[in-house]
Amino acid sequence: MAKTGFDIRKITGNRLFMPLVCLAAVLIVGGIFVPDFFAVSINNNVLYGYPVDIVNRASEVVILAIGMTLVTAASGGQDISVGAVMAVAAAVCCQILSGGETSVNEFANPLALAIIAALIAATLCGAFNGFLVAKLNIQPMVATLILFTAGRGIAQLVTKGQITYIRVESYKVMGGFIGKCPVPTPVFFAIAAVALAFLVLKKTALGLYIESVGINGAASRLIGLNSTMIKFLTYVICGLLAGVAGIVASSRIYSADANNIGLNLEMDAILAVALGGNALGGGKFSLMGSVIGAYTIQALTTTLYAFRVSSDRLPVYKAIVVIVIVIIQSPAFHRFMAEQKAKRAAKNQVAEGGN
Amino acid sequence: MESKVVLSMKDISKTFPGVKALSHVDFMLREGEVHALMGENGAGKSTLIKVLTGVYEFDSGEVTMSGKSIVNHSPQDAQENGISTVYQEVNLCPNLTVAENLFIGREPRRFGMIDWKTMNKKAAELLKSLNIEVEPTGMLEECSIAIQQMIAIARAVDMECKVLILDEPTSSLDDEEVKKLFGLMRRLKDKGVGIIFVTHFLEQVYEICDRITVLRNGELVGEYETESLPRVMLVAKMMGKDFDDLADIKSERTGGIDAKETLIEAKGLGHQGTIRPFDIAIHKGEVVGLAGLLGSGRSELVRTIYGADKPDCGTLKVKGQEVKIGTPLEAMKLGMAYLPEDRKKEGIIADLSVRENIIIALQAKRGMLKPMSRKEMEEAADKYIDMLQIKTASRETPIKSLSGGNQQKVIIGRWLLTNPDFLILDEPTRGIDIGTKTEIQKLVLKLADEGKSIVFISSEVEEMLRTCSTLHILRDGKKVGEITGDELKQEKIMETIAGGEESHG
Repeated sequence: MAKTGFDIRKITGNRLFMPLVCLAAVLIVGGIFVPDFFAVSINNNVLYGYPVDIVNRASEVVILAIGMTLVTAASGGQDISVGAVMAVAAAVCCQILSGGETSVNEFANPLALAIIAALIAATLCGAFNGFLVAKLNIQPMVATLILFTAGRGIAQLVTKGQITYIRVESYKVMGGFIGKCPVPTPVFFAIAAVALAFLVLKKTALGLYIESVGINGAASRLIGLNSTMIKFLTYVICGLLAGVAGIVASSRIYSADANNIGLNLEMDAILAVALGGNALGGGKFSLMGSVIGAYTIQALTTTLYAFRVSSDRLPVYKAIVVIVIVIIQSPAFHRFMAEQKAKRAAKNQVAEGGN
Repeated sequence: MESKVVLSMKDISKTFPGVKALSHVDFMLREGEVHALMGENGAGKSTLIKVLTGVYEFDSGEVTMSGKSIVNHSPQDAQENGISTVYQEVNLCPNLTVAENLFIGREPRRFGMIDWKTMNKKAAELLKSLNIEVEPTGMLEECSIAIQQMIAIARAVDMECKVLILDEPTSSLDDEEVKKLFGLMRRLKDKGVGIIFVTHFLEQVYEICDRITVLRNGELVGEYETESLPRVMLVAKMMGKDFDDLADIKSERTGGIDAKETLIEAKGLGHQGTIRPFDIAIHKGEVVGLAGLLGSGRSELVRTIYGADKPDCGTLKVKGQEVKIGTPLEAMKLGMAYLPEDRKKEGIIADLSVRENIIIALQAKRGMLKPMSRKEMEEAADKYIDMLQIKTASRETPIKSLSGGNQQKVIIGRWLLTNPDFLILDEPTRGIDIGTKTEIQKLVLKLADEGKSIVFISSEVEEMLRTCSTLHILRDGKKVGEITGDELKQEKIMETIAGGEESHG
C-alpha cells in the first residue's frame, strides 16, 4: 500500500506530469463528446481523422515553441515576432520561386536556393531581435514588437503587395505529403526540429548555459559565461525555426500570404511554453513540456472546431480552457490543494479520535 | 550649549522574520547639526532610516519630532512631518527641467493651469538661495550627478523639511563635487536643518559631521562628538572591538611561501570610479588579506584583477607575463578563480542543482562544444560534496534549499574544480556559522600549502590575522598600506584603516 503511494508521488512529481494531464484531459473531453474522435482511417492513401489533424496542424507551433522555450529561458522574455518572421520567410521563399510573377506553374529558381534564402532572412530577423535584447538590453517584448509590426510589412514589400502563388506540385510537398507516404510532411518537420534541438542540447552545454544565464546573469558572467552571446544565440535559433515554420505554412497553401501566414501563432507558441510548465520569467526549462503544450493547444483547437465553434469565436473558448489549465498548473493552486488536503486529513483525524 | 533637539527616536526595535534588525536603538538629532550614522554592513543603518521614513513600521519604541510624538506610515507621511530623504540614486525625472523637478506635484497654478513663469522664477530664487549654479529651465539629465543630488536636496529643503536624510550621497561623486555638496550642507546647517548623513567614508565624516552615532548588529553602540572620538576608536567601535582587548592573534601558518615566484603583479591598475590605481604583488603559496571598511575598495580591487570590472589603466603581470584581462573567462583561463562577496546575487545559480552549480565554472572554461558527460559531472560533484562535507539531501538538490554555509562550500567546490593557481575569496565566511567558518579558514591554509595563492577578504580582522601573511589596507577606494611580519597586529591594522590623525591612545 505504502509502496504504491510512493510510486504515484514519483510520477506526479515529474515536471511533465501536469502538461501530460492537461493534454489527456483535452483529449478525453474530445473523445466523450465528439463521435469517432479517435478514429483514424486511410482514404486515398492518406491518413484521416482528428488525431492526424491535431498532430499535423500542431507542427508549426511545435517548431516555434522550441525557439520560444530557449528565448524565454535565457532572456526571461518572449519573442512576439515569430509569426511575422514566418510571413517574411514565406514571402522570400515564394518570391524567389516565382521570379517576380504573382502566380507561376513552374519554379523560376531552384527550390533549394529559395529555401536557403528564406531561412537566412528569418535568421537575420532573429539576429536583429537578439542584438536588441542581448546587446542593447531592450526588453524582449519591446524589442520584438518592432518586427511584430514591421515583419508583415516587409513581407508585403517582398511580394510587392501581392499574394504570390506557387502552383507547383513539388512545392506542396512540405505542407502536404511525400509521394505515397500517408503521414503529412509537416509532422516530419516537427519531429526533425525537436530531435535536432534535443541533439544540440545533449551534445553541447548550451542548455546548461541558457539556464544559468536565465537564472542569474551576474553570477553567470563571473563564472566565465558570455551571457550576451548566449541570449543572442537563442534569438538567432528562434528566428531560424520561425523560418522553417514559415516555409511549412506557406507550402500548405502554396502561396505567400503576408497577412495570414503565422497569424497569432506567436501567442500559441508562448502559450505552449507556459502550458509546458515553463516559467515565463526564464531559468530552468523543459523542451518536452513545450512540445506537449503545443500539441495540447492544437488538440484544443481541433476539438473546438469539432464542436462546430466558428473560427472567429474560437479564441474565447480557447481562452477559458487556457485559464483553467494555467491555474491548475500554478504553484498557488498547488498550495491551496495541499492546504485543503491537510485540512481534510485533520478533520478525519478528529473524527477518528471521536470514535 | 545644547541646541534644540529636533528629532528623537527612543527604544526602537524592529524584527524581520528570523532576524532582529534593530533592538532598542536610540537616536537623537539636534537642530542645525550634521549627524553621521555609521556601521558596517548589517548594522541596521538602513533599517533605522527606513523605519524613520515610514518604509517599514517599527515594532516598538517612539519617534518624537519637536516634542510631538509621530508615526510615519509611508514616506509621504514622513515628508509631511518634515523628514526628507535623498538617496544615492537620485530619484528625479531626468527628462524634465530643473524647475519642473523642483516643483513636481506642487506646481504653482493659475486658473488651473501650471504657471510656468512663477515656477521658473521661484526655482531660480530657491537655487540662488542655496548657491546652486544651474539654469532652472535646463534639462535635469544635462546636469552632473552632484548637481542632480543638490537639486534633490533643494526640493527637499523647499518642502520645509526639518530633518534631511542623505543616504550615501557621495558614493558616486568626485572630490570637487563632494566639496560643493558639503558647501550646501553647511548652508542648510546654518538654516537650522538637522542632517543625518549616512556614509562609509571616514574622511568625510571627520570633515563635516558634528556627531556620530554608531550601530552594530542592530544595536546602538553609542553617540559621540566627532571631536572627541579618534578615528581608530571609531573604527574599533564599528568593528566591535574595545581598543584594550586587541589581543595578539598570530597566523597558524609556518613557511610555505615561495617569495621568489611572483604570481600576480599589478602596477598602477585601477578602474575609474571604483578603485584608484594600486600596486600589488602576490607570491606563490601566499595568503594575502585585503582589509578595510565596507566600501573601501576591497572587492573593487580584486574585481579589477579578475576582469569583472575591466581595468582602465595600469598593467597586470601573471607569472611574469604581461596580460590584458577583459572578461572573467580570460582570467579563469589564466588560472584565476573568484568567489564573489554577494553569494546570493553573484554566486549561486539558485534554481540549478548542487551538481550543476559545482561543474558550471569548469564547463564554461571548457567551452560550449565540449560538454562534460553526466558521469564526469557526478564524479566531480560527489568529490567536492565529500571533500568539503557539503550537507545536501542529494547532488540533485537545488542549491537554493541549502544553508548559507553549504551554499558557500558549493561555490568553493566550483572553483577548486577548475584547479586555479590564484583564488580570490571575497568574504567567504560572511553570514555562515562558526563551525563552517573555521573549516573554510583551515581549507585556505591547506590550499596555500599546496602552492596556491589566495586573496582573502574579510571584515573580521582576527580571521585574517589567522590566515594571512600580508595585509593590504584600503581606505576610501585607495590602497593605503601594506602590513607584514611582526607588524601584523590588530592595533596597527586599525590605525592604518582609520588613517588621518594618529591614535590618541
